[in-house]
Amino acid sequence: MSGVRLLVGTRKGAFILTTDAKREKWDVQGPLFAGWEIFHMKGSPVDPNRLYTSQTSAWFGQQIQRSNDGGKTWDPVGHEFKYEGVPGTHQWYDGTQHPWEFKRIWHLEPSLTERDTVFAGAEDAALFRSTDGAQSWQELAGLRGDRSRPSFWQPGAGGMGLHTIVLDPSNPKRMYIAISAAGAFRTDDGGASWLPINKGLQSLYQLPDPHAEVGHCVHRIAMHPSRPGVLFMQKHWDVLRSDDSGDSWRDIGAGLPSDFGFPIAVHAHDPETVYVVPIKSDSEHYPPEGKLRVYRSRKGGNDWEALTDGLPQENCFVNVLRGAMTVDKLDPCGVYFGTTGGQVYGSPNGGDRWSPIVRDLPAVLSVEAQTLP
Amino acid sequence: MIRVVLPFHLQTLARVDGEVALEVPAPVTQRAILDALEARFPVLRGAIRDHGTLKRRAFVRFFATGLDLSHESPDAPLPDAVAEGREPFMVIGAMAGG
Repeated sequence: MSGVRLLVGTRKGAFILTTDAKREKWDVQGPLFAGWEIFHMKGSPVDPNRLYTSQTSAWFGQQIQRSNDGGKTWDPVGHEFKYEGVPGTHQWYDGTQHPWEFKRIWHLEPSLTERDTVFAGAEDAALFRSTDGAQSWQELAGLRGDRSRPSFWQPGAGGMGLHTIVLDPSNPKRMYIAISAAGAFRTDDGGASWLPINKGLQSLYQLPDPHAEVGHCVHRIAMHPSRPGVLFMQKHWDVLRSDDSGDSWRDIGAGLPSDFGFPIAVHAHDPETVYVVPIKSDSEHYPPEGKLRVYRSRKGGNDWEALTDGLPQENCFVNVLRGAMTVDKLDPCGVYFGTTGGQVYGSPNGGDRWSPIVRDLPAVLSVEAQTLP
Repeated sequence: MIRVVLPFHLQTLARVDGEVALEVPAPVTQRAILDALEARFPVLRGAIRDHGTLKRRAFVRFFATGLDLSHESPDAPLPDAVAEGREPFMVIGAMAGG
C-alpha cells in the first residue's frame, strides 16, 4: 500500500514520520541521533530505502549516516570533506581574507539515476560528490573558481552555506545550487564549470550594488521535474521566477503580505502551483500579524491566496526554515512544513486544510517527503 | 591498558558503553591515545580533533588526574597514573554555559 515517509531534521535529532495514502494517522520514530543537529535527511530516488543524514555538532563536528532499510538501521559513512587543492580564501567580516574552513553539511542530494551517487552542500560554501554511497567525498572545485585569488564571496550573518542543490531530471550534466550569501549558480557540464545566475535579482539595502552578479542571499530554489527550465526562488527579500533556466529572473511576489521568507515549493502535479510561507522581515523572523499562513499561487506567481485552515491565526511567532517545506507525489498532492516551534504541519489536499502531525519536536530544520510505492 | 572515558555523544557514535580500554605504545601521550582510539573507532576521526591538522576541536577538553591537559602538547607524556591505567584519560565536551 502506498504511503508517505517524512524525514524531519531538527536541532536535537532526526524523526521519521510515516503514514498510509490517506495521510490521516502518522507513526513517529525518533529521536534518531539524539542531541545532534540534523540539518538534512534525504532518500535516494533510485532506492527509496537508501537514506542519508547530515548529523552535526559544534562540539564533535560532522557525521554522515546512511540507512539501507528506510531508516530502521543506520551506519556512519564518510565524513571527511576536504577542500580540493589550495583551500583558498574569502572575505571575512572584518574585511580581511579568511581561509575556507569546513563547518557542516547543509544539504544532501542523492542522484536521480545512480544509487551510490550523492551530492553534499557545505559551509564554508562548496559542493562535494560521492560516487560510493557516501563512503568518500570529492569536491567539485570548479564552483569556487580560481582559488589562488581571493574570492569575492563572503558570509552573511548566518554563515556561507551551500544549502540548495537542484538536479535537472532532463539533463544529467545540469544542476543548480544556491549559497548564502553568494547567490545562485548553474553548471551545464556536470559540475566542472559554473555560471552565476542572478540576473534580475535586486538586493536593496543588502549589497552596495543591488544588481551585483554575485552576493545575493538566495534562500531556496524549487523546480517541477516536468519543466526543468522553470525555476522559482525565495530570496532574502523577493519571490522570483525564471523561465530560462536561471538566465534571468522576474519578481512574482505581488500580493504577498511580505515577500521575505525561506522555503519555496512546487505542487507535485501542477508546475504552476507554488507555495511560500511569508515571514514578516529580515529583522523579525515570524509570520506577519502572528498568523501562520502558507500562500499558494496557481498561476506561477503574482496571484497568491492565503491558506489558513488548520493553521494558528493568532499569537504565532515561529519561523519556517529554508529546508523545511516539501510536497509528496500522491494525488491529491500533500504539502508539509516544519517550524522552529517544533510543529510539523501537513495538508493532504494541496494546502486547503492543514493539521499538525506532531506539535512538540525540537526546532525543525528540514522536512523531506518520500512517496512510497 | 589505557582507560579512556568518552562523552555521551561519542560513546553513541562509537557504540560503546562506559570506559574504553586501549593498548597504547609508550610513551603514552595525547597523540598516542587518540591515534589508538581512532584506529579502533574510525567514526571518531574528525570528532575529537580535526581531520588533516589533527588539532583538538575547540569545544573538546582533555582531563586526567584532576588536571585540564587540553592545552598541553599532544606529544607530552601523560601522568604515570594514566600510563599505568590507574586513572582514565577523559575526553570531555566543553560546557555550553548559558
